[in-house]
Amino acid sequence: MPYADLDLEAGRRNGTVWVTLPNTNFDPEKGHRLYNRYLDELEYGEKLGFDVVAVNEHHQTAYGLMPSPIVTASALARRTTRAKIAILGSALPLRSHPLTIAEEHAMIDVISGGRLISGFVRGIGAEYHTFGVNPTFSHDRFHEAHDLIVRAWTEPGPFSFRGHHYDVKYVNLWPRPYQKPHPPIWIPSQGSKETIDWASHPDHRYTYLQTFSPAKVVARYLRMYRDTCAGYGYRAEDSQLGWAVPVYVGETDESAREEAKKHFEAFRNVYVKMPLEMLLPPGYTSRESLKNVMKAKAQMFGDVTLEQAVELGLFVCGSAQSVRSNFEKYWSEMKFGNLLVMCQFGTLPADLTRASMERFARDVMPALKALK
Amino acid sequence: MAFGDHSVEVDGCKTHYRRSGKGTPLVFLHGASGAPVVLPFMEKLAERFDVVVPDHPGYGQSGEPEWLENIHDVAYFYLDFLAALELEKAVVVGSSMGGWMAMEMAVRNTSRIGALVLVSPAGVKAGGAEPADIFLLPQEEMVRGLFHDSKFAEARLAIPETPESVDLGLKNRHTTARLAWEPRLHDPHLPKWLHRIDVPVHIVWGREDRILPVGIGHELKRLMPKAGLHVFERCGHLPQVEKMEEFCELVFRSCK
Repeated sequence: MPYADLDLEAGRRNGTVWVTLPNTNFDPEKGHRLYNRYLDELEYGEKLGFDVVAVNEHHQTAYGLMPSPIVTASALARRTTRAKIAILGSALPLRSHPLTIAEEHAMIDVISGGRLISGFVRGIGAEYHTFGVNPTFSHDRFHEAHDLIVRAWTEPGPFSFRGHHYDVKYVNLWPRPYQKPHPPIWIPSQGSKETIDWASHPDHRYTYLQTFSPAKVVARYLRMYRDTCAGYGYRAEDSQLGWAVPVYVGETDESAREEAKKHFEAFRNVYVKMPLEMLLPPGYTSRESLKNVMKAKAQMFGDVTLEQAVELGLFVCGSAQSVRSNFEKYWSEMKFGNLLVMCQFGTLPADLTRASMERFARDVMPALKALK
Repeated sequence: MAFGDHSVEVDGCKTHYRRSGKGTPLVFLHGASGAPVVLPFMEKLAERFDVVVPDHPGYGQSGEPEWLENIHDVAYFYLDFLAALELEKAVVVGSSMGGWMAMEMAVRNTSRIGALVLVSPAGVKAGGAEPADIFLLPQEEMVRGLFHDSKFAEARLAIPETPESVDLGLKNRHTTARLAWEPRLHDPHLPKWLHRIDVPVHIVWGREDRILPVGIGHELKRLMPKAGLHVFERCGHLPQVEKMEEFCELVFRSCK
């Protein structure tokens, strides 16, 4: 849900559209039109036959206008009837009280009649700068908030929760969630061993969703997830694996690339971009992971063209036939049970977004759903 | 006399320190970037003091104890450290983060402390004196921001990186974030108790400090009216480096 009306030059000059880009660059009247356009597109997704419509959370950035996915998911809960609504996800450590998340997700689950998929994330590094939350406690707070939320959803209240970061005398959630024992939990991640160990643990078995990464990296982490499950002594279901990737379907390969090029490149090279210090504050990742990123810095922080992104499998773009055969090939390697296609990215306008969604729904999705 | 490397276990934390000189003990508490090498001001101070330069828990060659969660933990640790080394009437000199630690120690217990020298310390906030964002500044800009005279920055930037120095840098940065990310570089409760410090206090600042502006020094002086405030002209965040001679003279003069 980017601020697509952004003056891209202003974003480039600032070096990033996160944290420090002055909010005077946001025009509320344009914002009004954008919000309603994006919500219309998500609702249209249900009409086109998508199983799930998904929203996410990012703060103080032109990258995404959804500081609260609760607001967008709530709007969708009342305007859709069949599709699942996925919040991917709520940033647990950024909230001062995780019970607010337990409550809001439960409300949406009850209002929608059990159509909520709950995603939990830590928020990206930049958000520890914007909120001032200490990144060195990020993992601890995430795990403790998760425990509190799941217990609040599943255990009869009132009970007390005595944590290190959260201490509550009366946990007694009204409403309790609609789904039993609780809404499915998905864990979107850019890939980390710690997250995989935790999400795949037999007590969790949460769906692991690898987001916006080159296909090779997606394959590596999904394999790591399966191997970790095997290490725990069980076989991962395909439904525990997911891949989130921007997709554009055109009439032909050529027209698809031509139509998507500047919008994708704006997404990758303006909206996503931020300096290392902003992306990875101390403690957000292990120091080993941080060193690996520092080594790959040139590659990660440089510009990427559409052609390079397609080559890397960072972006799937082409005619319906190409997109379908690409995903069939990727699927045969990875067997992901969930594919989250990001139909709008960067500055992609409404007409192209809808046309691509329609082609995907008509000429790609049925074949992918049939894969077994 | 050369500084020797030592190690002592305090509160379950293997604590590395360097020590040189004779006389009244002087403990130097380093800032966010640690004390990886012996600097000229340490050698100069060791001409008249028994100088002890520990690596804080979570920094340099010291351990990373589980209990290390906030600045108060460090304060109690250092009170135990003074006891472990049986230091009496110690002059505690703290730079930046180290100055903050020195104040947090002294509001709790001054029984082993003779005087405080606070060198552009963190620890309190002051209206109109916003600290630099040390976690968002790129490394090179950060080093340049430390000094008024760029030749000091150039000298520091010219030191080649090694895998060990990268590891130490990340470790120090992690602990600084743990202690000072939020509230950013201050403890909102500290000003309430600064009046408890019953030993002489000397506040030292560089007029051109771009990391912690000198306005914070004026606020500290307001909070501790009996303290001396010495502002060095044409000097950045590290007077002990940039104005080494004058700084050491000041310590010799004030803490006999």
